[in-house]
Amino acid sequence: MEWETVIGLEVHVQLATKTKIFSGASTQFGAAPNTQACAIDLAMPGTLPVANEQAFRYAVMFGLAIDADIGQRSVFERKNYFYPDLPKGYQTTQLDAPIVGAGQIEITLADGSTKAIRIHHAHLEEDAGKSLHEGDFEQGMSGIDLNRAGTPLIEIVSEPDISNSDEAVAFAKKLHSLVIALGICDGEMSQGSMRFDVNISVRHKGEEKLGTRTETKNLNSFKFMEEAIALEVERQIDVLEDGGSIRQETRLYNADTKTARAMRSKEEANDYRYFPCPDLLPVVLDDAYIDSVRQQMPELPIARCQRFVDEYALSAYDAAILSDNTHIANYFEATVKQCNDAKLSANWIMGEVSARLNAEEKTITQSPINPTQLAGVIARIKDNSISNKIAKQVFDGLWLGEGDSADTIIEAKGLKQVSDSGALESMVDEVIANSGAQIENYKKADPEKRPKMLGYFVGQIMKASKGQANPKMINDILIKKLNELV
Amino acid sequence: MHHYTIAELMKSLRNKEFSSVELTQHYLERIKQLDSQFNSYITVSSEQALLSAQQADQALAKGNASDLCGIPIAHKDLFCTQGTLTSCGSKMLSNFVPPYNATIVENLANAGAVSLGKTNMDEFAMGSSNESSFYGASKNPWNIDCVPGGSSGGSAAAVAAQLAVATTGSDTGGSIRQPASFCGLTGLKPTYGRVSRWGMVAYASSLDQAGPIARTAEDAAIMLNAMASFDDKDSTSVDIEKSDYKASLNDSIKGLRIGVPEEYFQDGLDNDVATLVNAALAEYEKMGATLHPISLPHTHLAIPAYYVIAPAEASANLSRFDGVRYGHRCDDPKDLMDLYKRSREEGFGDEVKRRILVGAYALSAGYYDAYYRKAQQVRRLIKQDFVDAFTQVDVIAGPVVPNPAFGIGEKSTNPVSMYLEDIYTLPTNLAGLCGISLPCGLSSDNKPVGLQLTGNYFAEAKLLNVAHQFQQHTDHHKKTAPISNASNKLNSNQ
Amino acid sequence: MAFAQNQFNLVENPVKHDDINALAHLARININDDLLDNVTDNINSILSLVDQLQQASTDDVEPMYHPLDATQQLRADEVTETDNRQALQANAPATEAGLFLVPQVIE
Repeated sequence: MEWETVIGLEVHVQLATKTKIFSGASTQFGAAPNTQACAIDLAMPGTLPVANEQAFRYAVMFGLAIDADIGQRSVFERKNYFYPDLPKGYQTTQLDAPIVGAGQIEITLADGSTKAIRIHHAHLEEDAGKSLHEGDFEQGMSGIDLNRAGTPLIEIVSEPDISNSDEAVAFAKKLHSLVIALGICDGEMSQGSMRFDVNISVRHKGEEKLGTRTETKNLNSFKFMEEAIALEVERQIDVLEDGGSIRQETRLYNADTKTARAMRSKEEANDYRYFPCPDLLPVVLDDAYIDSVRQQMPELPIARCQRFVDEYALSAYDAAILSDNTHIANYFEATVKQCNDAKLSANWIMGEVSARLNAEEKTITQSPINPTQLAGVIARIKDNSISNKIAKQVFDGLWLGEGDSADTIIEAKGLKQVSDSGALESMVDEVIANSGAQIENYKKADPEKRPKMLGYFVGQIMKASKGQANPKMINDILIKKLNELV
Repeated sequence: MHHYTIAELMKSLRNKEFSSVELTQHYLERIKQLDSQFNSYITVSSEQALLSAQQADQALAKGNASDLCGIPIAHKDLFCTQGTLTSCGSKMLSNFVPPYNATIVENLANAGAVSLGKTNMDEFAMGSSNESSFYGASKNPWNIDCVPGGSSGGSAAAVAAQLAVATTGSDTGGSIRQPASFCGLTGLKPTYGRVSRWGMVAYASSLDQAGPIARTAEDAAIMLNAMASFDDKDSTSVDIEKSDYKASLNDSIKGLRIGVPEEYFQDGLDNDVATLVNAALAEYEKMGATLHPISLPHTHLAIPAYYVIAPAEASANLSRFDGVRYGHRCDDPKDLMDLYKRSREEGFGDEVKRRILVGAYALSAGYYDAYYRKAQQVRRLIKQDFVDAFTQVDVIAGPVVPNPAFGIGEKSTNPVSMYLEDIYTLPTNLAGLCGISLPCGLSSDNKPVGLQLTGNYFAEAKLLNVAHQFQQHTDHHKKTAPISNASNKLNSNQ
Repeated sequence: MAFAQNQFNLVENPVKHDDINALAHLARININDDLLDNVTDNINSILSLVDQLQQASTDDVEPMYHPLDATQQLRADEVTETDNRQALQANAPATEAGLFLVPQVIE
C-alpha cells in the first residue's frame, strides 16, 4: 500500500535587531560567554522587560510580505517550564494574539509548477541561551551561556501543506531568501539565525485522518532537514508496516551520525501554563504605523525578478536566478550600474563568479571580487582591450588578490589585447610563411569550404600572440592576405 | 530627635540644630539598642548611612538641598540595593547582593535621603503578619506579643519604634496599609504605575506597587514626591505628569464627598474598629465633608480573585529562583532535577510554596478558565464597582483591616484565616487604585486602628490632602508606641 | 471571625496527594512525604476559598489582565547594556570560564 507524508514546519528566524527583544544588550554573534547577557537577560530579581520596537517592525514587514493580517493588538504570554538556558523559568512568547496572522508563501517545484504553502501564523518570542556539554569546565557538568537569551525570534508556523522533503526544502529556501530580502534576518544558518522544527506524519494514501506526528527539532541547514525528513519518514513507515504505532515525541537529528533519537528532556508531557505576561502590556499598532512600515518595505524577490526582465531584458530564467538571493541581486545590480551591460554581468555572475564561489563554498558576500572589480573586467571586454579568454585570466588574478582592479592586472601582466594593425599584419605574415602545407590546401579547397579552414591560422596567430591579439582584426587581416594569395 | 517627623527634621537640619550625621548616628544607636525587641531590620548599613549623611550635610550647608536631604529612612528588603544584601525575607536570597539599585532606591538617594538599612518582611511579600520571614517574625512596637502586620511588617515596626523616620514598603494586597494600620502609622499605596517597579523583586506583577510608610500624611507626601517617577525601565509605569504632593495638603475639604461602602461594615468587623472608623467619619463630617452610603457589590469576591491571580503570577515570577545564576543552591545536587527541586524546597518557606502550588494549579490545563480567567473577569467587576462609585464620590472610606493587630502565632497555622485579613485592602490592588491608611485611634486593648481612604486613579494628591486635613484636626497620628526604658534613656541623652 | 470558611461554597478536597505531587513537580519543588498531608489540606482549604469565584456571573465580561487597561510602550533598538559579567556573576553558585555551571543537561 502506498504511503503519503504530511509535513508542517515551524521556523525560528532570529531578527537582525541590534539588541535583545526585552533588553538593551547586544545580539552580536560570537561574543565571549555571558558578556552580552545583562541583568534582564539573566532574570536577575527585580528586573523588568521593555519590548524592542524594531522587533515589531521586522515582524510586521514579514507579515506584509506574506499578505498576512497584522495583529494590531498582540499580547505576550509566559510559557512556563524549567530549563537552565531559560533564565526566567518561562519563555515570553505569543499565543492567542500573535503579531502575524494567516498568510501564504508560494514555492516553485522541480517541474516548474507552483504550490501555495499556508502560514498559520507567526509570533514574536525570545530565544533561549545555550547549554554547552564540554569545554573548560568540570566533567559531568554543563556550562550555560546566556548571550543568546532574549534574542528576538519570529516563529513562523506553517499548515501541514508540505508533502515531501523537496517541498520542505523549497519552502525553507523561499523563506530564507524572503527574510534576507526584507533585511530582517542575516540568514546565517551556521550561526543558528534560522532553525527548523519539522512535524512529520505518514498515512495511507487516500486516508483523511492525519497520522500521529513527531517533531524533529532544531535543524539548521537545508541539507540536514532533507536528511532528517527522509530518515523520519522511513522510520515511521517501517514502524507502521511492522504493525507498530508512532509515539508523539520530540526528536533530535544528529547530522554527524545521520541518526535521530527521541529527546529525553521532552518525554514527559508538559503543562506550560500559559498566561498573559503582566510585565508587558498589549502592543497596539495603529494603521498609521503599519502604513509607515509598508512604505519602507524593500523590494521583494518576486517584484525584483520582474523588474530584471523589464529593465535589463534578462530572460525569465536568468532574472529568477539573480533575484532569488538578495545579496546576489544587489551584486548584480551594482555591477550593471558600473559597466552598463546587464547581459555580460549576468553571464559572469551566473558563470565564473558562481562557479568559483561554489568551489570554495563561499557566499556572494564573501566573494573576493566586488562588483566594481567585476565591472572593470567587463568594461575591458567591451572596449576590446581584452578577449573573453584573457578576461578569465584577469578575473583569476583579481580572485587571488594579485591586483585590485582589472586594469592593474592587465597592465602588470601585459595582457592588453594587440590591436595595432602593423604588428598584427606581421604576425599574420609570419604564420602564413610558416604554414606552407596548410596554405597549399587552402588554395586547392573549394572556396565555400575555405572559411572553415581559417580556424587553424587564427589559432596559430593567437598562440603566437599569447592570446592577446584582437580576434576580429586578425580575422579581417587574415582573410585579406589569404585572398591575395589565391 | 527620633520623635520628629520628616517635616520637622527638615527645619531642624536647616536651622543646624543638629547635623544629618548626628541624626543618623542617633538612629543607628537606637537600632543597636532597641531592635532586638522588634527585629524590624534584616540589615543595618551603618557605614553607608554615615557616608550618605556626610554628603547630605555638605548639600545642606550649600543651601540647595531637597526635602529629604539627610533624613534617615529604611527600605523594605525587596528593593534591590547595590552592594547590600537584598533577601526578600527568604533563605533563597539570603546571599543575594544585587549589582544594581531599584529605581525608588535611586530616587530617594538622589533626593538625599539616608538609608539606614533594609527592613524585615514576609518572605517574598507573601503574608499579612511578617511571620513568614526567614529572619524571624518582626514584633509590633505597640505590643510585642502581636504581629506588626505584613508583608511590610519590618518597615512599619521600624517607624513605629522610631528606628527610622519613614520607610519604603510594597503593597500587593494591603502590605503597606495593613501594617501601617497595626502600627499606628500613615501608609500609602499609590495607583498602579505611579511608582516604578524596576528593582523591586516581583511577587504579583499586576498588583505590586511601592509606597511610603510614615508618621504623617505630610511625610508620606514628601516621600512620594521623591519615589514617584515614570521609568522607561518599567513598561507598566505611567508617563503622566507628577503632582507636587505637598502643594495641595492644605486644600480645604469642605464639600468633599466621602463614599461609605456598606460591604465594609458588615459581619466580621471588630466592634472597636467599627466604632473608631465611624468616629473618624463623624470627624470628617464636622470638617465639612459629606458622607454617602455606597455599594461595592463584588467586594466579597476580592479574596477569591486575589488568591488566584496573585499566586498565579507569583508561580511564574518565582521560577527564576532555580539555584543556577544566584540565590540558594542545595549541596551536592545529583542531577539537574535534584538541583531544582531541592534548592527550591530548601530556599522557600511554607507560605511561598503554597502560593506557588496554588498558582500552578490555577494556570494548569483544564483549570485555567475556571480559575485564572474567571478571576480576571471578576477583577473587572470589582474595578467597575469603583468606577461607578467614583462618579458619585471623591474618596471612599472604611476600615483597613477587620481587626487590630493579632497575636504572633494566632493565624500562622491556618493560611485561610490569614487571607481573610485582606478583605478591605485587596480590592484597591485588584482595581489598581490608590489607598491610604491613617491612624484613627486605639482599641480598648491599646492597639492602633487605621482608617482607609481609597482614591480614584492617580488621585494620590487628593488622598494625602484628605488624610492631612484629618491629622490637622486630630492627634491619633501623634500617639507613639510605648517603648521600653532603653528608649527613654536615649531620650534623656538627646 | 465571621468571615469564616463556612460562608463559602466548600468543594470537598479537590486535590489529592497525587495532584500535589504533580503540581510540585511542575513547580520543581520537593515535598517530603511526611509533609504531604499537611500541604494537601492547606491547598484544599485555599482552593475551597477561591472556589467562591464560581458563584460570580461573568458572562461577557472581558478578563482584566492589567489594572489600567494600558498598552505597551516600545523601546528604541539601541545598545544600552555593556559587558558586566563579573558583577552579574558575583552571586552565582558555580561558574567556570564565564559559564554558569549546572549538573549535566540531558537533551
